[in-house]
Amino acid sequence: MITAAVAASQTGAEAPWSALGSLGLVVLVAPLIPGVATKTRALLTGRRGPPVWQLYADLRKLLRKGAVYSVTTTWAFRLAALAAVATTLLAATIVPLDGRGALVSFTGDAVAFAYLLGLGRFLLVLGALDTGSSFEGMGTSREVSFASLIEPGLFVALVTLGVASQHLSLTGMFGAELWRHWPIVAPSVILVAVSLFVLMLAECARVPVDDPATHLELTMIHEVMVLDHSGPDLAFILYANALKMGVFAALMLDLVVPRVGLADWASAAILVAAMIASGAAVGLVESSMARLRMPKVPLFIAGGTALGLFGLILLLQ
Amino acid sequence: MESLSQLLLFLVVFTDFAVLGSSRLSACIRAVALQGLLLGLLPPVLFGWASLHVLALAAGTILVKAIVLPAFLRWAIREASVRREVEPLVGYLPSLLLGVVALAASFAIANVLPIRGGHSDLLIPAALVTVIIGLIVLITRAKALTQVVGYLMLENGIYLFGLTQLLRVPFLVEVGVLLDVFVGVFIMGIVVFHINREFDSISAANLTELRE
Repeated sequence: MITAAVAASQTGAEAPWSALGSLGLVVLVAPLIPGVATKTRALLTGRRGPPVWQLYADLRKLLRKGAVYSVTTTWAFRLAALAAVATTLLAATIVPLDGRGALVSFTGDAVAFAYLLGLGRFLLVLGALDTGSSFEGMGTSREVSFASLIEPGLFVALVTLGVASQHLSLTGMFGAELWRHWPIVAPSVILVAVSLFVLMLAECARVPVDDPATHLELTMIHEVMVLDHSGPDLAFILYANALKMGVFAALMLDLVVPRVGLADWASAAILVAAMIASGAAVGLVESSMARLRMPKVPLFIAGGTALGLFGLILLLQ
Repeated sequence: MESLSQLLLFLVVFTDFAVLGSSRLSACIRAVALQGLLLGLLPPVLFGWASLHVLALAAGTILVKAIVLPAFLRWAIREASVRREVEPLVGYLPSLLLGVVALAASFAIANVLPIRGGHSDLLIPAALVTVIIGLIVLITRAKALTQVVGYLMLENGIYLFGLTQLLRVPFLVEVGVLLDVFVGVFIMGIVVFHINREFDSISAANLTELRE
């Protein structure tokens, strides 16, 4: 039985407001993350690079344009972009973005989180297949084959945190409850945080799994699927990806920095700093390594999963 | 001290997995050199800086396992001009999974073993997993030089196991073991170099076809 409850039970009445505020903050600041990543990469390779707010400008431009729809496409194609944003936003509401509790939490919402991300990807894949282009078919096959490796990794991470915090909801795994157990389970939790970073790189289609800057047919994965989207649809897809990075940044932050006793403004400032830092970390990875060859990608994702498994083994010993 | 030794042992396990997952020989050698350095740092961290026995062991280990042997292996890959493992018998992904299974198994075994790690409860699992992963590398890789790396890891695992008995084993025995490893790897390296010069290949699979 799913009992959606506003997570105000432990932290008092102002908790929903701080959760709502953090959600708003992530929604607003998320497009900065790819910008920071691109800027870091540019600076480290000796270029000036586009400004960090480039994605905001892109989104504004795309939203003012009209969308072009191929005559072979149906509603599935039009649904895809909206679904991408909607599922990611829904996933964000069950993540404790403020480090205490999520806006909505119920027992087992960790599974809902994983499958909301999965649902968004599934609808995006449907939309791509709907175009009837063989090229998009190839892209979706790549995307899905990597996604089928990311999902076990995510579940290993969630199970490890579930064991560590003795909770089945994300609010328990990442929020205040985790910090009661933290001193004992710290090694496992830090391993999971690193594992989540690897999964974020794969999930959000960044180097070494995929290169968001490339438009070379042979190497594209995620970009292939969204090739036929234009105007506002493309804006939604780009935004959903940025939002996903924001959510992952918040998840990693929750695992390593306690924000339970902090004032709302301090917690919010740490959240923004973490999002910028994760963008910089992604940029650092992008500038220090090349995109992996396609057969190597499963090894990379499996390595991330192995970290989570290591954490689980440490807990269960 | 407890958390520092914990961290070092974590890093030892990570270097195991780095060797297991990388196809480049130079990356394997770098990982095993780092492992040697970590092993050298462990005795002082576990048993304190005070005793000469511990310090000499640390210095000897770092010198042999982190500096001399890696340098020698690098020389060997340069001379034999092998850069990467081409076709391991078991792929990288399965061997990574095998490594995780080994990790789980070694934690399970360590719980049953009557010896305690003394100063760190991670010591025995880390030793066991290093031995097992060393064996996996030794068995599944085709290039003789990667097998040398596997042998070195195997020995590193035994060394870790020996750390539980460090204060009871005479210093001379440890130096002897270190010398053994040094000579072993040296001879293997030379043999590999000569095999490569004679047969243009150091794939161990070809060694079974040697005839007079």
